[in-house]
Amino acid sequence: MDELLLRSLTPGVLAVLVRRGADFAAAEDAVQDALVAAVRVWPGDTPRDPKGWLVTVAWRRFLDAARADASRRRREDRLDEEPAPGPAPAVDDTLQLYFLCAHPSLTPSSAVALTLRAVGGLTTRQIARAYLVPETTMAQRISRAKRTVSGVRFDRPGDVSTVLRVLYLVFNEGYFGDVDLAAEAIRLTRQLAAAIDHPEVAGLLALMLLHHARRASRTAPDGSLVPLAEQDRGRWDTGMIAEGVEILQAALARDRLGEFQAQAAVAALHADAPTAEETDWVQIVEWYDELAGLTDSPVVRLNRAVAVGEADGPRAGLAELAALSDSLPRHTAVAAYLHERDGDLPAAARLYAEAAHKAPTLAERDHLTRQAARINAERG
Amino acid sequence: MAKYLLLKHYRGAPAAVNDVPMDRWTPEEISAHMQYMQDFADRLEKTGEFVDGQALAPEGSWVRYDGEGRPPVTDGPFAETKDLIAGWMIIDVDGHDRAVELAGELSAAPGAGGKPIHEWLEVRPFLTAPPTVTE
Repeated sequence: MDELLLRSLTPGVLAVLVRRGADFAAAEDAVQDALVAAVRVWPGDTPRDPKGWLVTVAWRRFLDAARADASRRRREDRLDEEPAPGPAPAVDDTLQLYFLCAHPSLTPSSAVALTLRAVGGLTTRQIARAYLVPETTMAQRISRAKRTVSGVRFDRPGDVSTVLRVLYLVFNEGYFGDVDLAAEAIRLTRQLAAAIDHPEVAGLLALMLLHHARRASRTAPDGSLVPLAEQDRGRWDTGMIAEGVEILQAALARDRLGEFQAQAAVAALHADAPTAEETDWVQIVEWYDELAGLTDSPVVRLNRAVAVGEADGPRAGLAELAALSDSLPRHTAVAAYLHERDGDLPAAARLYAEAAHKAPTLAERDHLTRQAARINAERG
Repeated sequence: MAKYLLLKHYRGAPAAVNDVPMDRWTPEEISAHMQYMQDFADRLEKTGEFVDGQALAPEGSWVRYDGEGRPPVTDGPFAETKDLIAGWMIIDVDGHDRAVELAGELSAAPGAGGKPIHEWLEVRPFLTAPPTVTE
């Protein structure tokens, strides 16, 4: 049985239940039950109409739960056995689910969890494992999130940029447990791109593909980080790069530039260089200028300083860096790198060690410690 | 979506405001303290922010490798060891501000006289896996 196919049906099935009048939280539980049933039943007896099967089972679960709930409350309310014909959907149902699960009233971690379950069709256990928290904690996070959005109207269009931020967060979380979150984020962004025609959705999809294409080369067999310049470019997934570039070019042609398209353009220029030395840093600086105009993120200016250091030499990069607060994450690591390029090895070694101390991730800390050790060993 | 360790020390932390040793509290005060800690953990479980909470015994041994084929050396306790960790709670929250807010609440656990202890708790971020998009 194809788990991805099964999960890709999730948002459509959930949307049918909501259209029939089920409240979102109860419908979502019923769909999860139906998915679990499908995993059990389908391998021996795959239905001809998988989506129809899921809708039938989920709707029955929903009615059972609603009935049990009603009798608990000793209500006399009668529930209609047959679904009322819903109004013709004004906006694509799948799209509405994305909006709902990324609703601005949710915290980022709640929006991520709810999106992975209600749109992605993942189980609470899978999500909990992916984020290394206990299953009960994740279950509470999801049910709280469902309560938070329970009053939100399902037929109002939402803001696509909030959805993109959530998908970007999922992509950036990396890889834990039995779920590949980066691949899942790509799948969900693809699905979104099919539901809405928006250059920034395409931009994010391109960005993800261009980064994902390099994944195999980003870590050495021992788990240590391999910087871009030292990556084995032969291991990059050229098919995925070509797809990313094509999607990006089509988006850029529409002349509605956004943050994700600009970031993807930088990634595409890296992917395009046969060797690190042949990277078109001048163009990369130009894209960072575009990005700086779109966002006031200091991280963009930090990345721009690195690019300037490559395009115009380390002194120029250091001059850019001097204008930025040294409390920025990775500021010290960038300073260390530029000082090394400039030939100031004592400063570089000291700054690498300092950067290692401040590193937010284990892999970066180890990498920076090794850089400091390497320079100290070279200097004798 | 960042994990933080809230560390509670037996000693080594700066003195709390309501700094009466626990063995001078009344049994009711001790129960109220324990209940507060339990309620705090329960509440975090409901908000989906709880990862783990453990208390440590004050007693422990120091262990060191002593060479091939030889049993490890044990020693201690050492009187000069300043920091003594009493326990921890691990939380998974949206950011540093929320971690600080929660540590502040935990520090308000009642002590002697039923008044908040105002004890110092250490908040330490976890080192994480690197983000996918770094360059």
